[in-house]
Amino acid sequence: MQRYSGFGLVKHALSHHENWERQWRNPTPKKQYDVIIVGGGGHGLATAYYLAKEFGVKNVAVIEKGWLGGGNTARNTTIVRSNYLWDEAAALYEHAMKLWEGLSQDLNYNVMFSQRGVLNLGHTLQDMRDIQRRVNANRLNGIDGEVLDAKGVQELVPIMDCSKNARYPVMGASWQPRAGVARHDAVAWGYARGADAHGVDILQQTEVTGFKIRDGQIYGVHTNRGDIEAKTVGCVAAGNSSVLAKMGGFNLPLESHPLQALVSEPIKPILDTVVMSNHVHGYISQSDKGDLVIGAGIDGYNGYGQRGSYPTVEHTLQAIVEMFPIFSRVRMNRQWGGIVDTCPDACPIISKTPVKGLYFNCGWGTGGFKATPGSGHVFAASLAKGEMHPIAEPFSMFRFHSGALIDEHGAAGVAH
Amino acid sequence: MFYIYCPYCGEHREEEEFHPKGQAHIERPKEPEACSDEEWGDYLFFRDNPRGVHHEMWVHAVGCRKFFNVTRHTVSYEILETYKMGEQPSITADSQGPSREAAAVSQKEGVRA
Repeated sequence: MQRYSGFGLVKHALSHHENWERQWRNPTPKKQYDVIIVGGGGHGLATAYYLAKEFGVKNVAVIEKGWLGGGNTARNTTIVRSNYLWDEAAALYEHAMKLWEGLSQDLNYNVMFSQRGVLNLGHTLQDMRDIQRRVNANRLNGIDGEVLDAKGVQELVPIMDCSKNARYPVMGASWQPRAGVARHDAVAWGYARGADAHGVDILQQTEVTGFKIRDGQIYGVHTNRGDIEAKTVGCVAAGNSSVLAKMGGFNLPLESHPLQALVSEPIKPILDTVVMSNHVHGYISQSDKGDLVIGAGIDGYNGYGQRGSYPTVEHTLQAIVEMFPIFSRVRMNRQWGGIVDTCPDACPIISKTPVKGLYFNCGWGTGGFKATPGSGHVFAASLAKGEMHPIAEPFSMFRFHSGALIDEHGAAGVAH
Repeated sequence: MFYIYCPYCGEHREEEEFHPKGQAHIERPKEPEACSDEEWGDYLFFRDNPRGVHHEMWVHAVGCRKFFNVTRHTVSYEILETYKMGEQPSITADSQGPSREAAAVSQKEGVRA
């Protein structure tokens, strides 16, 4: 792998930047691998990267039916935070946060991780009580957090309407200074390049059409480019997980919904943090290009169409303009949707399945991006050892029968 | 934007008058106490999530406020029929191959049904 550096940039300038090495190969599938990862999004690529780098499993294939970063990895609003209420979820997201903090160096790839802080607003007394409870829980778990009152919020974000005249007045917020944003497609590309350098085969335009299962043990997958064998298969397919599970002969408690986001025309720097509000249903940050990145809620109906409905967009923009009257004349540039696989308890599934050797990592719902490094790391550890990593253990798919749910609707909700 | 026919009002109305309420035709177990953990968990949490024809409940929230059923394609979002509570769908995944419109949308969106 060609390492990136300032010196390299100067060197390549001399040849007009025409001799950069490709970031990853485009190999033909081998007949057999030790581990197959189904799904080449951020989580899948991270899994492959850590498998090869940390757990010594180098004979790995990532199978992706489209192209890298064509799904939710590059459709989200890039927010990274770890202020979850329950111990299990906090451990998982904080594990990811710690990896985020060294990720650009680790990958030798600038993922533009910017710890500009995240505000979760409270608009009612109950919101504020929930925020206090969650921040206290966070601090007990070693996660940074503060409770701010309306004045504190106003100091951080002078352009926000924190007056009492708002329809839903801002009463305060939780503030996680270590949270922030990262460039989402750089995350996919960085992990792909790193995994490829460790010998992982990334097979794009390859679609899994079925599993090869004998005596309850998986031994390979059918694809549109022929059969590929492996005794361990990890599925990280987000919105399409239910479809894959069906091929494996079992059900998952997931529902796929369209989730939308939109960006405005680029404007001068005006918002240097991330503002989220569950109550009025909108979240916003400003990208380095200057466009406002705005996230909507999910559409309530099931859908695989990678597009959402206009009433949802309208609802979100009403909330944004209510909080930021100054943005009322900003024009929106692009709007898109992704398919999110939501779980009944708003926590993911990282789990063994009824099929031996077949593992699933799914159900991240509306907030998977922030967990990309941590999810990949614990999933890789589980695949390598055949035993679930302690952080992943509570996220078993069997919790929906045992009743040991991890109810994160408060910290996860819709706003991510 | 959906344009939904409410079988009780007998009229087409815009999506904003309605709310989706999840999978249709779910029956509560007659004797919950007699259920195994698997049966009860399945009833509470496991839902159909097909890539294709789906039967779901909607409520005409700012209209007649009645619940009714919708058969809809989850890729093209085409509404195939609406029918009253207690009735059975006339269109199902088995009766319906992927519709032409669904195939066209799938093509355009780069997704496969």
